[in-house]
Amino acid sequence: MSRGTLIDIAYLIAATTFIVALKFLGSPKRARLGNLIAAAGMTLAVVATFFHQNAQGRGLLHIPLMLLGMAIGVVVAVPAARFMQITAMPQLVAIFNGVGGGAAALVSITEFMHIKAGHPATYVTLEVLLGVLIGTVSFSGSAIAYAKLQELMTGRPITYPGQQVINAIFALAALALIVAILVTSSTVLLWALFAVAFILGIIFVLPIGGADVPVLISLLNSFTGLAVAASGFTLGSNLLIVAGTLVGASGILLTRMMSKAMGRSLPNILFSAFGSVITATGGAGGSDRPVRSGTPEDIGVMLAYSSKVIIIPGYGLAVAQGQQALRELAEILESRGVEVEYAIHPVAGRMPGHMNVLLAEANVPYEKLKEMDEINSDIATADIALVVGANDTVNPAAKNEPTSPIYGMPIINADQAENVVFLKRSMRPGFAGIENELLYDPKTILLFGDAKDSLTKLVSVVKGV
Amino acid sequence: MSNALLQYTTVFILSAFVGVEIISKVPSILHTPLMSGSNAIHGVILVGAMLVLGEANTNLEEVLGFIAVILATLNVVGGFVVTDRMLELFKSKSPTTKKPKVEEDAK
Repeated sequence: MSRGTLIDIAYLIAATTFIVALKFLGSPKRARLGNLIAAAGMTLAVVATFFHQNAQGRGLLHIPLMLLGMAIGVVVAVPAARFMQITAMPQLVAIFNGVGGGAAALVSITEFMHIKAGHPATYVTLEVLLGVLIGTVSFSGSAIAYAKLQELMTGRPITYPGQQVINAIFALAALALIVAILVTSSTVLLWALFAVAFILGIIFVLPIGGADVPVLISLLNSFTGLAVAASGFTLGSNLLIVAGTLVGASGILLTRMMSKAMGRSLPNILFSAFGSVITATGGAGGSDRPVRSGTPEDIGVMLAYSSKVIIIPGYGLAVAQGQQALRELAEILESRGVEVEYAIHPVAGRMPGHMNVLLAEANVPYEKLKEMDEINSDIATADIALVVGANDTVNPAAKNEPTSPIYGMPIINADQAENVVFLKRSMRPGFAGIENELLYDPKTILLFGDAKDSLTKLVSVVKGV
Repeated sequence: MSNALLQYTTVFILSAFVGVEIISKVPSILHTPLMSGSNAIHGVILVGAMLVLGEANTNLEEVLGFIAVILATLNVVGGFVVTDRMLELFKSKSPTTKKPKVEEDAK
């Protein structure tokens, strides 16, 4: 068997591991194994590539430089991935996705320079251009998403007059450049396309803010996959096509699921500058209406003498790093015979499943975490719905007010519990910036303060009862 | 249209269907690890980056290929490590790991 065939077999095995890995990632028990399988497949593919020979039978050049590049990548990536706060995970995924998109764009550009002299077929050039365009948009878009989540810039949507027109002009410019490059094969124009795509990624992401950023990251993840697939077409690599397409297809599906969980269509998220509209309407709502607030003692006693408590955690819990205190409170209540369950909204935290990860980190048993549909049929039997740092995901306006911007978003029906307790920092509206009627409901009681402080106080009250 | 293009397009279309089929069965609680895991998988662009750097003839190609290798390595390594870290958390509450903790608390 020739060396080329052996390498292709290694690639085939790697592609298979990726499919198996994605399948395993769908089950809690096998997910970690799935990730390790994919990592093994990736290692195999990279090692095999070192033995690559071109058509003239020459091996790869610049091996030391290649190893240096890999070493730099490893030295930067491992500590970043290991030691960053788990609440910062969405940013981390964004940035690792962005560099992947950048790599795909560079691979396409470099390959274009390399094959240009040989006058490649039009479709090859087209693949290059798509790789550059999609990869670069993903790169600069992810960078902005990172900056938004890391709060290096405002997380709110940024809008300006004529925004849609300007975006359309840049999109058309990219299209025109693609046509021009197909005709002229000009490297200068290719760099112009790179620049236009870079700006396009930025202006595409600027008007998307708040709770929509994770959906955006998922979409950009899918983009990077497609850019990798395009590079695969150019380089003639089945492995890149398979892996890139798998990610591209699954990413689009995942993005749709995420936007569905928020009750909105994807075009709506991408083009409507959601948050800005709401700041306008949310500000008008009268925030000086009376609410019922309680002391930790009131609420602690209430909890201690209830028979069933459903905890609804939100991002405020994660920001306050209160997961451990929450688990402690739940355990003390359980030791008193109170039935405790966690209701997890699909978009609680900042990404689907983010809250599960945060609670898992605090050793909350997996079986206690109930998904929204499962808990909603059950919530009317609860004495207390304890809402910790969440707001929009329990806002009844999503069901009752057709004029509300979040109308149609599935929510956890906290309003059906006998009592509702909110642990909140202030009366400020949540991520989406919308007034929540439930806060003013007579059966609602509020405990103001940092989620972790409040929970710690509740723990000591319940202990003393 | 060349045979090669036809072959690649076949692979592309089949992969797209496989991707959709596999993902549609994932429970929503695993969406974040899944996004992160698929993020690592598209880091396979590292193979592409190695190929273009390994074939580079000019200084410019060399520089671009080198940067591509760095970026792709960040994607691949960071992606797998973050995903593993997330999934590690899911694993830690089997009864066997919980027991010693209780004893520790009792001390």
